[in-house]
Amino acid sequence: MSPLLVGITVFTLAAFVGFEVISKVPPTLHTPLMSGANAISGVTIIGAVTAAGLASAPLAEILGFLAVVAAMVNVVGGFLVTDRMLELFRSRADRERAKR
Amino acid sequence: MTALLYLASSVAFIVGLRRLGGPRTARNGNRIAALGMLAALVITLVSQDILHWGTVAAGLAVGTLLGGWAAVRVKMTAMPQMVAAFNGFGGIASALVAGAEVLEGDLALLPPETLVSIAVSAVIGAITFAGSFIAFGKLQGVLPGSPFLFPGQRILNGALAVTIIGFGISVVVAGDDTSFWVLGGLALILGVLAVIPIGGADMPVVISLLNSLSGLAAAAAGFVIESNPLIIGGALVGAAGLILTFQMTEAMNRSLANVLFAGFGVGGAGGPAVMEDRPVHRATPEDVAIALSYADSVMIVPGYGLAVAQAQHAVRSLADELEEAGITVHYAIHPVAGRMPGHMNVLLAEADVPYEQLLDLEQADPRLPQTDVVLIVGANDVVNPSARDDPSSPIYGMPILNVDRAGRVIVVKRSLSPGFAGIDNPLFYNEKTMMFFADAREALEDSLTALKQL
Repeated sequence: MSPLLVGITVFTLAAFVGFEVISKVPPTLHTPLMSGANAISGVTIIGAVTAAGLASAPLAEILGFLAVVAAMVNVVGGFLVTDRMLELFRSRADRERAKR
Repeated sequence: MTALLYLASSVAFIVGLRRLGGPRTARNGNRIAALGMLAALVITLVSQDILHWGTVAAGLAVGTLLGGWAAVRVKMTAMPQMVAAFNGFGGIASALVAGAEVLEGDLALLPPETLVSIAVSAVIGAITFAGSFIAFGKLQGVLPGSPFLFPGQRILNGALAVTIIGFGISVVVAGDDTSFWVLGGLALILGVLAVIPIGGADMPVVISLLNSLSGLAAAAAGFVIESNPLIIGGALVGAAGLILTFQMTEAMNRSLANVLFAGFGVGGAGGPAVMEDRPVHRATPEDVAIALSYADSVMIVPGYGLAVAQAQHAVRSLADELEEAGITVHYAIHPVAGRMPGHMNVLLAEADVPYEQLLDLEQADPRLPQTDVVLIVGANDVVNPSARDDPSSPIYGMPILNVDRAGRVIVVKRSLSPGFAGIDNPLFYNEKTMMFFADAREALEDSLTALKQL
């Protein structure tokens, strides 16, 4: 199979996995879920690092640098903010146990 | 070997997303996904023959500091716009990856499928970026929340979309560099124009859709550099955002097209009915305290006003006092209360409100006829009886909490001004309704003081 066909296959299957995994979520968790999914979309960091690290043209390196910064803001910010939200959902008993 | 390690990180994304869907496993799921991301990043750094370590390291450091700083500082009430901003960064990153690829070499030498991916990544990434920051501005109050409309707007947007497709074809067929940059610029403009006509109340739907788009942009970038984890992660998020988007529009009983193109909140078929001349019953903290103390059951309906006033702890204190007096207290959470689905749940969880007291629309609505007092804190459209009674209302057909079926209704609200959607609310003029015009937190604290003095 050509890389393109492999890509299309992977994309299609992953999209179906996404639909299946997510359709069962209670509304309470929609905000953290949106935020967590948003952090995962920062996976474009792989492309950004590749672009910045392998650039041969100086301008491409600059664009790559900016891409790394932006993707990293998305990744780090997204996961941290999601964690902060989810911490609030822990029961009080859990939190008191954690304090000890 | 590298491919297998990448596969492991993709599996971490899937497991993480799945666990994010359950209350007990969510936090753990988020961490699994984060670990998967860290793994993907490390594998990339190790397996690629990176030439510019300084550039990469500086980018990673700056991004980590900026993102971390913003995430730690943001208040829970500002979470929706924070997610919008992060999403915008993700979108522009994918567009920049495409841009760097264009600068690297001769476009004419690249195969057409790579050129398609480059164009798609740039267009979707740029639209996501511009749209997300307009959404951010509207929610943060930097931009006016009301829809911004001008004649010929849809024709202009349509023409812009067609032009973008035209330049896209030029990129793919002719391998033309200049066309690519024009394409990116036009996509930024389209992102702005597509979001400004949408009212602030609909921003959650927009953010969710843009979240889905940022996933697709990442997947397109994955096709550009032929990276499976990028394609998988992007496709997962694309699907997730789309499902959430449809769940949100469903909760408002509107179609996605209606949200995106209707300029909601400026007119509608009948326009906002003018009722300002009708009298309302104004309440003092003492009136509220007395009404509450005579009740056996109280239903609290929180809305965005509660979030703005940071009143989640005040409402909890008031509820505690009522429960001590033997009054049953529940919270009715409408699916679109606040600015994001689950927004109210997050805030009330912050104030340690017991999970069992939170009722969703289907659980809460049938209880309302047996409820003595409904206390509405900063909510408006989700309790507007026009959605049930007035076919000319722009929100007609939206499922609401039928609070006018309860014994008494107390509305805590800053002023009589219509809500975010800009629609007048006949509930405020109802015989049963007392209006308490004040900041939500002050109102609740004053009522609690009055209650204790009874």
